[in-house]
Amino acid sequence: MELAEWLIAPYEYTFMRRALASLLIVSLVGSVVGTFVVHKGLAASGSGLAHATLGGVAIAFVNGASVALGALVAAVATALGIGYARRTSRVSYDTAIAIFFVSAFSLGILVISRRQTYTPDLISFVFGDILGVSQADLVGELILAVVVVGFVLAFYRELVMVAYDPAMASAVGVRTAFFEFSLLVLIAVAVVVALQAIGIVLVTATLIIPPATASLLSRRISRIMAVSFLIGAASSLVGLYASFHAGVAASPAVVLTATAVFAVVLLATSLRRTRLPAAAAAE
Amino acid sequence: MASDREHADTRRRLALEVSGLWAGYPGKPPALEDVSFAVPEGEMVGLVGPNGAGKSTLFKSILGIIRPLLGEVRVFGNPVSETRADVAYTPQVEEVDWEFPVSVHDVVLMGRWRGSRPFRRWSREDRDAAEGAIERVGLAELANRQVGELSGGQRRRVLIARSIARGARLLLLDEPFAGLDAAVEYDLLAILDELTDEGCSILIATHDISCVASACHGACCLNRRVQGYGPPADVLTEDVLSRTFERALVPVGADREFIVAEGEGTPGRPEGG
Repeated sequence: MELAEWLIAPYEYTFMRRALASLLIVSLVGSVVGTFVVHKGLAASGSGLAHATLGGVAIAFVNGASVALGALVAAVATALGIGYARRTSRVSYDTAIAIFFVSAFSLGILVISRRQTYTPDLISFVFGDILGVSQADLVGELILAVVVVGFVLAFYRELVMVAYDPAMASAVGVRTAFFEFSLLVLIAVAVVVALQAIGIVLVTATLIIPPATASLLSRRISRIMAVSFLIGAASSLVGLYASFHAGVAASPAVVLTATAVFAVVLLATSLRRTRLPAAAAAE
Repeated sequence: MASDREHADTRRRLALEVSGLWAGYPGKPPALEDVSFAVPEGEMVGLVGPNGAGKSTLFKSILGIIRPLLGEVRVFGNPVSETRADVAYTPQVEEVDWEFPVSVHDVVLMGRWRGSRPFRRWSREDRDAAEGAIERVGLAELANRQVGELSGGQRRRVLIARSIARGARLLLLDEPFAGLDAAVEYDLLAILDELTDEGCSILIATHDISCVASACHGACCLNRRVQGYGPPADVLTEDVLSRTFERALVPVGADREFIVAEGEGTPGRPEGG
């Protein structure tokens, strides 16, 4: 098989084109939001919000409502709950996250357990089903992506100020609480965007691995976001080829490709770093 | 360098005037009771007190973040709600996330923030002001560094540059000298001195009593209430400081210029004994 043919073959199928489009949207949103997640240590929140969606997904599913909408409502509600718990100090932050997410996840399992039949649609939310992304899913993802990226662009200065120095930000009049809650809601929405394609279990990867890799290469937020998107997009392509040609599940293939990139960059940058003092001494 | 100015000159404009201020948080006893003092324009006043004395409540009141229960705060004669652009706040260095991927220039630009308007970007004027402020504090060569790469003294200077870039006439500094060695502290004080010479007014919360004694024009000792306020030489006495810190403090040194807590770190009696 010729290389060109090997490269083009997957995208002769509509479901593969949709899968790629979906993963590009996921990479974009994951990079923009994930840069804050990585640098504010919010990985646990991302993972918690992802698991919490199962409650909403299950309830929407048994009631014949939109599953994506159910996920969105559950994620945003949990984000607000986490944000509230964070502001009141009676329970520690990660304890609050854990309580919220295991409860919502349990609710999901409880609701599903009442159904006697096998529920493949729900399973696809847990493990992701990139190849099953529909036209409607794609439109929904796109709308949410525009909202997330639009919000970050609109309030970039404020989000950065609150992340860097909340005390000064509130002193000059930035609505610190609003932007802290906003960030959690952005994470919730980013999780929902990636849910259909990547699945509850792996969704945090899209928020963590590409931005963490990019952070090894740059120390400016805007550049981290851009590099992260490129890494996410490249991992998506490689993962989809692996899935198509080697017949493996796509979402773990994408995640593991990103992990491999992270490992290589980590190794390369630590080699460079250990060499630095020697270079400085030679000067 | 401080006491040669006429502190009692009441004709001098007041940058900050706190009168009869009671402030605190709902459901708790007031953190500040009947606090009155002032910072005259172009002067540096040291705010001295133990942890939990109400210093941060006072700062929040001056910044308009919390509202007084009683009394009032005026900045250049105006209520605080109208004076946000005139006040710049420098938090304690620990309150800032130094690992966050922003450069020195990015941080100093934050001082220029004047209100949320979606999609707003920094203007040419903002960038020029930031560059000028960075130069003022001697960090021009580090302007593009990520802030986490800076030393402790440089980090303080970034935060002060941010306040300068704001163009504020009243600077509030929370513990700017904590953890600095004497030489770095001296450099920082030189910058603050220059600022007061240019007409800036500074309120500085610090545990460093000797710095207040030597560098500030005025001192305010706070522990819920004002325990003493006036020229440092009059205020920083054994009596006032003991009341402020609620423990016996002993002046030591040839001119009794240093003050230590009795039984703790006293020369010849190591701690832990």
